[in-house]
Amino acid sequence: MNKRVVILTIVGLLGLIIAVLASLSIGAKDISIEEIYNAIFHYDGGMNQQLIREVRAPRMLSALLVGGMLALTGAMMQGVMRNPVSEPSIMGITQGATLAVAISSISPVIGGIYGNFFMGLFGALISGGLILLFSMKSDSNQSISRILLAGTALSTFFLSLASVIALLGNRSQELAFWIAGGFRQANWLQVGFLAIVGGIFTILSLCMSGKINLVNLGDEVAIGLGVSPEKIKFYTILFLIPICGLCVSVAGNIGFVGLFIPHIIRKIIGNDYRKLMPLSFLWGSVILVVADILARTLIAPYELPVGLFTACIGVPVFLLLVRKENR
Amino acid sequence: MKKASWKTKKTIGIFVCILLLVIAFIVGLMIGSYSMTPLEVIETLFGNGNKMQNFTIFQIRLPRICLAIIVASGLGVSGGILQGITRNPLAEPGMIGINAGSALAVVLFISAKTTEYYSAISTSTAVIMPIIAMIGAMLSVALIYLFAYKKGVTPVRFILTGVGINAGITAIISFYQLNMSKGDYNQVLTWTNGSLWGSNWTYIAVTAPLIFLLILVVLFKSRTLDVMGLGDELATGLGVSVQKEMIVFLALSAILAGLATSVAGNIAFLGLLGPQIAKKIFGSNHRIMLLMSACISGIILIFADTVARNLFSPLEIPVGIVVSILGVPYFIYLMIKDKA
Repeated sequence: MNKRVVILTIVGLLGLIIAVLASLSIGAKDISIEEIYNAIFHYDGGMNQQLIREVRAPRMLSALLVGGMLALTGAMMQGVMRNPVSEPSIMGITQGATLAVAISSISPVIGGIYGNFFMGLFGALISGGLILLFSMKSDSNQSISRILLAGTALSTFFLSLASVIALLGNRSQELAFWIAGGFRQANWLQVGFLAIVGGIFTILSLCMSGKINLVNLGDEVAIGLGVSPEKIKFYTILFLIPICGLCVSVAGNIGFVGLFIPHIIRKIIGNDYRKLMPLSFLWGSVILVVADILARTLIAPYELPVGLFTACIGVPVFLLLVRKENR
Repeated sequence: MKKASWKTKKTIGIFVCILLLVIAFIVGLMIGSYSMTPLEVIETLFGNGNKMQNFTIFQIRLPRICLAIIVASGLGVSGGILQGITRNPLAEPGMIGINAGSALAVVLFISAKTTEYYSAISTSTAVIMPIIAMIGAMLSVALIYLFAYKKGVTPVRFILTGVGINAGITAIISFYQLNMSKGDYNQVLTWTNGSLWGSNWTYIAVTAPLIFLLILVVLFKSRTLDVMGLGDELATGLGVSVQKEMIVFLALSAILAGLATSVAGNIAFLGLLGPQIAKKIFGSNHRIMLLMSACISGIILIFADTVARNLFSPLEIPVGIVVSILGVPYFIYLMIKDKA
């Protein structure tokens, strides 16, 4: 088992390095590896180097961070809900943030990047709070079908409300593109926010991984080992709310990343969340950086929404998981 | 003694529902950019209105309200069937991908012939759209059934697969929308969120007979639905071929939802609210429950449409949104309250 973890980590790190370099060099203008090196260490303000520093690097970094964080939140949620298909984008948490950001993006008062961050957090807080309330209120609500239907209902509602707000503001198509997810507007400010605020909550979440392991074994076992499952569930969701809100305010509503990445990794290394969560982060980064490269090059000069690629992988994995559920 | 009072309660319930439907009907005809008094509405309906009143009622508001009733009946019964066979109070055609399937079919159809939005809708379109939507709904149910099939289909697996298919189809729709021009896009968006805009008598003539025929079939088979609610084992023991009947009911539910979607777009939550309320008041005898679910859904949709038309007048918001805004609080209440 340990060998697999090592292999997965090494392959993941190698993949990440290749993806990062590819992401910096491939694009409307191909830039050599040497030039990338110069842009980082011997910056002279040339056209290519500016391109790397001001456009591609922040974009690549935000894809990297968002991918990792989304995959991480998925793994956490599956752990505490003991449910292989729960994930922030399926439970409606990211859609709540989407609605809030949609409101802020058409309102003249709370617009701008800071407004988006704030509203993203706020929206995620409301929808995450609702899901938390559902799942804690009664045991029957923990059954997969109920919680999934609840999540779908909420996400349908939030998204349709968001599109109507955009329709009234005559910004609907821009918003739809944004909802579909992408990193077109990535900048250093967002990267900074993701790295600092997201980083803090990511580290906090990783510290919880041992406790999530216990909760995942079942409420009785957790209580027997002196851990309150309700409390762990509460903190886990509390930590993942700001992460989701941040990711949405930067990259829109990218779905399914938190579903299939933890699932595939769980297949390979088993159910130990102390290893599963960091590895999910690593592979989530790899996948989203690659997806972002595809999104901008496949039908260049146009751009595809990143969410399209993740849905392409995510939906089949979801269906497969549901088939396997023996109920 | 208890039985008698239960029966009285039911009769009163039915009476109140029909009364509310009539009130909603008249209020819906009254309110709008040209308002009328109740008396004027009734006089116009009996053929004594002036030219302006006649036009407003018979060309604009009456078709719209009739269509609302038809659509609501379709969705209400469809949701009731789904909740019955899956034994899950939260099942709803909009959430398990049936509406999305027919929406995708219609979006593909609309985007294939982009020029006809702003002109009057031709008769051929009015006939073809429901058929296309129905095919889309059937295909998506077939897809869900296929993916959920593993030595038979269990209700839970069916719903979960449906949620997944719904997510997939929604992704395809949104991808399609991104390639459209802005005007087309807004039109499709309004449509996919559910709207009764552009109702006319042709739509009604095409969909009304089909929907009412299907509802009759469902009511005729409602005993089977009652038995299936008891659980697979018990139903099999009572001589119901569960897997076969499930396919029949799924098909009925899909066609009803598809027809409703074809004229009004994707109205979510209506298939959830109507049957839920009906079940609370009239119990789980499906014959009465489904009928009253159609009636209650009708009341809700007429009310929601009146709000949608007048709230931001002259702008009109999709009626599906209004229904959602009404439905979501109830849904949340249900999730928190329900112990079952």
